[in-house]
Amino acid sequence: MTIAPERPAATAERAVPVGERQRSPTLLRATDVYALLGAAAAALSITWLLFARLLPFSGTIGFLAVAYGLFLALYALLVSFDESGPAVRDRLAAVVVQSLGLVMVVALGFVVVFTLWEGRKALPHLNFFTQDMAEAGPLDPLSAGGILHAILGTLEQITVALALTVPTGMVCAVFLNEVPGRFARFVRTVVEAMTALPSIVAGLFVYATVILALGFDRSGLAASLALAVMMLPIIIRAADVVIRLVPGTLREASYALGTSRWRTVWHVVLPTARSGLTTSVILGTARGIGETSPVLLTAGFTAEINGDPLSGPQVSLPLATFEFVKSPEPTMIARGFGTAAVLMALVLVLFVVARVIGGRGPGRLTRRQEHRRVQASRRDAERFAARSGRAAPRDTPMDTRSE
Amino acid sequence: MRDAPRRLYADPGLPDRVFRGVARGGGGLVLAVMLLVGGFLLYRAWQALSRAGWSFLTTEAWEPDAGRFGIAAVLVGTVLIALVAVAVAVPLAVGGALYISEYAPPRLRRTLISVVDLMAAVPSVVYGLWGLFFFEGQILPTARWIATYLGWIPLFRVDGADPSDPLAPESVYTSSTLVAGVVVALMVAPIACSVMREVFSQAPAGEREGAYALGATRWGMIRSVVLPFGKGGMIGGTMLGLGRALGETIGVYLIISPVFEIQWHVVQSGASSVAALIALRYGEASEFGMSALMAAGLALFLMTLVVNFAASSIVARSRSGAASE
Repeated sequence: MTIAPERPAATAERAVPVGERQRSPTLLRATDVYALLGAAAAALSITWLLFARLLPFSGTIGFLAVAYGLFLALYALLVSFDESGPAVRDRLAAVVVQSLGLVMVVALGFVVVFTLWEGRKALPHLNFFTQDMAEAGPLDPLSAGGILHAILGTLEQITVALALTVPTGMVCAVFLNEVPGRFARFVRTVVEAMTALPSIVAGLFVYATVILALGFDRSGLAASLALAVMMLPIIIRAADVVIRLVPGTLREASYALGTSRWRTVWHVVLPTARSGLTTSVILGTARGIGETSPVLLTAGFTAEINGDPLSGPQVSLPLATFEFVKSPEPTMIARGFGTAAVLMALVLVLFVVARVIGGRGPGRLTRRQEHRRVQASRRDAERFAARSGRAAPRDTPMDTRSE
Repeated sequence: MRDAPRRLYADPGLPDRVFRGVARGGGGLVLAVMLLVGGFLLYRAWQALSRAGWSFLTTEAWEPDAGRFGIAAVLVGTVLIALVAVAVAVPLAVGGALYISEYAPPRLRRTLISVVDLMAAVPSVVYGLWGLFFFEGQILPTARWIATYLGWIPLFRVDGADPSDPLAPESVYTSSTLVAGVVVALMVAPIACSVMREVFSQAPAGEREGAYALGATRWGMIRSVVLPFGKGGMIGGTMLGLGRALGETIGVYLIISPVFEIQWHVVQSGASSVAALIALRYGEASEFGMSALMAAGLALFLMTLVVNFAASSIVARSRSGAASE
């Protein structure tokens, strides 16, 4: 079980044979719609009466909660006029489940829209993306200063963190699957345990070792290290799951052709799992980019562009958001929301890229990949035909050495 | 002696030996890093733990340099915030997952799955901003209502609130465990929902059809097939969300006003969490203070570790677990 976003897109839906696909027994009748509308109208009116005239209640959330409770009761009553017990329960459950789903999506969507809305004052200014905050104080208008330093810092930190985690993580994930044994099981358990490491503790670890014990300054590199410690188990975990999904028959086929282990990994396992591996890395990146707490402890804070990750504090987008909104000035808070919006846009881009690249099971190809493969195989066939025409067929047409 | 079985040995060749060495080396490196983190935490925490002894678990105050420090208050605060979060997030996640897998029209389904997965990747600082600048103001009347009418339940009591005075300051209701819990709930709901949805959608089609053939309504089918099948996934998703909620830092840190006493009243202002304590105190900590913070971090890590392992073992043991890996 991995944490949800790190999981590569499920193959379950495709794996279901055509005959076993889930059926949707939806049937909407006019009376259902009337009952829904009637119950909703009645509930709203009664709640309004309660809140405005009869009882000393107030507040939007309270209003919605009372209205919803009344709506459920009235709807059950209306349906029970012409349905029996199980059908009433079915309708009620359908309404409850659908409204819970709606509440979740709307609440989450609202969080995103709220951030964009509050950031609307800062985002249209071009200088917001091209300047740093070195010259702009808290009282300066939004037409001065920007978050270029944070954007650069985020990109630099995540690049260094990826340069550290991707090779190590991929080698470790390959190790877990291709060199099985007691040691691999132990490593897997430890990695699994470390996915539980709270990000702030990862930050605390780097703060205590690199900064306090080894005496380095707070810098972009320290932040990258903290992010790497946090991301490494997540990426290994996701990559491990993806590699495990590679069908064993493919491996067996490769071994049966006399291929060595590393060639099987290099030419069969990794290409098959490529899209899933890319997805796991990208989603791990999205997770790392958004983390504030490890960076808070290790990167320090600056208002200037600092391109050197080795020395001096270097700020990143989530940290800049955090520092902006701590100020009481409305312009600073608007900047904070703008920064958060930029951060979300970055995560969204990563996510869309992950969906475009991944989103398909191991070995499933896009149309273009399939086309390319067909072409390559046609070329091979032509080559073989040309060779066999040139030389008389031999007993051992292929080199069967097993490396 | 002559009849002893021959030892079979296949020479894998040099490239394969190199490959195995590199792979093992990679695994060993990761293991070393992970053990270094754990070992270093334990080593640094030991200094504080040996000084404090068992009182580390029972002391509420956090004054390491005065020798009085413990995680009783912050640990209770962390657990309370996580419990509020789970109590809010689980109904949302179950409802959302059931809607996506059972009720949503197929065309909408794929979009909704993407949206929920995307929500799980939204940075926590964004949720923190929403909680700080929007939700805290909106919850005030409801918090006042809870304190007024449900105040006789100890959990919901608010000290210093006066329901009869309409002009009483509302600051006693802000920065509370409730607000932090709801913010964390929105953070973990998509994660839990994603796990649950995955498991629900794998309920066998044959059993669904069997339930329909026996005359079950859709809800009857869900109750007798989908929910029992997905029980492991539901518990696993909940625990996963709980683990995430326990370790959440910045969303909580932005909202709460820290107190260092056990604060059971979830609606009342003042809350605490281990992660927020670390973020708050790391800068000014002395050598020994760092050690104490390490001990707090270690306690938090152990707690999330237990929750995560419990989650994965429950999911692995359940019927739906085999496929939900």
